[in-house]
Amino acid sequence: MGVGVSTKELRKVYTSPPPMAMGAAGFSMLGTRGGAKKAFEIVALDRVSLEIPPGEIFGLLGPNGAGKSTTIGILTTRVRPTGGQARIGEYDVWRQQVEVKRLIGVVQQRPNLDFALTAREILVFHGAYYGVASAERVRRATELLERFQLTDRANELVRGFSGGMMQRLSIARAMMHDPEVLFLDEPSTGLDPQTRLLLWEIIREYNRSGKTILLTTHNMEEADALCRRIAIIDHGHVIAQGTPAELKASIPGGYLLRLRVSRSSPELVERLQRLPGVTEVRANGNEVDLYADRGGPLIAGIVGAVSEAATELHDVHISEPSLENLFLHHTGRSLRQ
Amino acid sequence: MNWTTFFAMLARDAHVARRNLPALLTQTMLQPLLYTFVFGRVMISSGMMAPSYKGMLVPGIMGMSMVLTGIQAVSMPLIAEFQFTREIEDRLLAPMRIEWLAVEKILAGMVQALASGTVVVVVAWLILGTGVGLNVQQPVLFVTVVFLVALFSASGGLALGCTVGQTQIGLMFSLVLAPMIFFGCVYYPWSALAGFPIIQKLVLLNPLVYASEGLRGTMAPQYPHIPALTVAGALVVIDVVLIVTGLKQFNAKAVS
Repeated sequence: MGVGVSTKELRKVYTSPPPMAMGAAGFSMLGTRGGAKKAFEIVALDRVSLEIPPGEIFGLLGPNGAGKSTTIGILTTRVRPTGGQARIGEYDVWRQQVEVKRLIGVVQQRPNLDFALTAREILVFHGAYYGVASAERVRRATELLERFQLTDRANELVRGFSGGMMQRLSIARAMMHDPEVLFLDEPSTGLDPQTRLLLWEIIREYNRSGKTILLTTHNMEEADALCRRIAIIDHGHVIAQGTPAELKASIPGGYLLRLRVSRSSPELVERLQRLPGVTEVRANGNEVDLYADRGGPLIAGIVGAVSEAATELHDVHISEPSLENLFLHHTGRSLRQ
Repeated sequence: MNWTTFFAMLARDAHVARRNLPALLTQTMLQPLLYTFVFGRVMISSGMMAPSYKGMLVPGIMGMSMVLTGIQAVSMPLIAEFQFTREIEDRLLAPMRIEWLAVEKILAGMVQALASGTVVVVVAWLILGTGVGLNVQQPVLFVTVVFLVALFSASGGLALGCTVGQTQIGLMFSLVLAPMIFFGCVYYPWSALAGFPIIQKLVLLNPLVYASEGLRGTMAPQYPHIPALTVAGALVVIDVVLIVTGLKQFNAKAVS
């Protein structure tokens, strides 16, 4: 039966810069210790606890440098945890690496294909590393190449492949040994919309056979479309966790109206707060965020309030309840920032 | 230990090595063979070198080829695979303790070093013609020395490959490999340095000295050489140090 994933109070502090390819390009420097010696120290994860039952598609959502790739790195034996515990099924990831590696398949953020081999050889050798029988691995490789639309380039060295092709091949490779838990770090980065849909379909189908899938993304739509549950992660902390519907319902009001005014004032905020259906108003420079239970119908009231507060309205942007708004609500920042 | 995974990785390296064989052979053997031709044929036939130089040269050339091949065969791919693209990641994720991947790299490097040594001896012999005068009196000791030299080259490649970055490859050749070859007793016996006592002591830090002298002592003992047992002892120490360093560096590179 399926295999679950869990972490308890997981911490990671880097004391030297991690390799770029571990997905550590955009780091959040929250724990940098100053002082005379300028010791390098980055707290990448701070007490992250997750519980992913067998057979679930779970999403880690957050901006670059939030700690998503580090979480995946620890869960896949590639990063040594500083504290806490990570388990795949019944195995402790750090102490029982070989048992864990047998159960997992990993797609890293950057394609890390073996440049010395052709596409087909990459799949076949990968199968061999996992002890897949000879005839079986040839059959599976052929099937996956077909599935990921790589058959016509199967016997070429992958050096000349496009980013999207490399990404597809990386995913095919991770599925070669039929792992119980599949990790996908930003799987749809660099894929065109059509291939992204193909990938989503493949992920869903893989999940239907009882496999657990953990993916990271900074794409709200993807998290919403694929994941049964989501954890929103920022600066190494889990800031919210639940099903997409639960999370969206947790935003006060649901709708977000972003106003740009020439000058915000306490008076303006107060007037806006009195409008019907408004649950929260936050002013930041000449930007004002309104959380409300309605969108368009508020515009007239807003225009009135703005002119009464003797300022000018330059722009209004209405967004419907979404994970994007949720992220904004918790962190004050947009996911794309 | 998961031998299935281990042998699958060996098979992968063999496959890649086969594909890269012409390039690798040219890279590592052209220089020794040109040297053999110039000094073993041109200089001797023109009378500028004594004919006995042939037998002196072959063990040194063999040692140098083995060491260069082993070091390059292990270090160059490792440097590339640990870079930016992290090509090695797939093998680090295979169901086997990652130290065994380093061991596999050493083994693959040894095989290539042995192959290169064999080819060089044969080709050098063909170039030099008659009067080479090789004379293996203690086959067991000879094989032991050859094995230790192969191990030294491959574990040296591991240690270098996990320490040197891609931008420093040029530096590795000019600062490590070039002096190592010229002060490696490849083209002359160690005793020939007697007139330069300080250099003679300093070159004892160079592992290639033991490779050349060990092969000379077991293949052509009629020439002056450091006693083969002393050499074997030194090679064992060098091998252990390089393996320990290499594994440590490998682990540091592989896990963040």
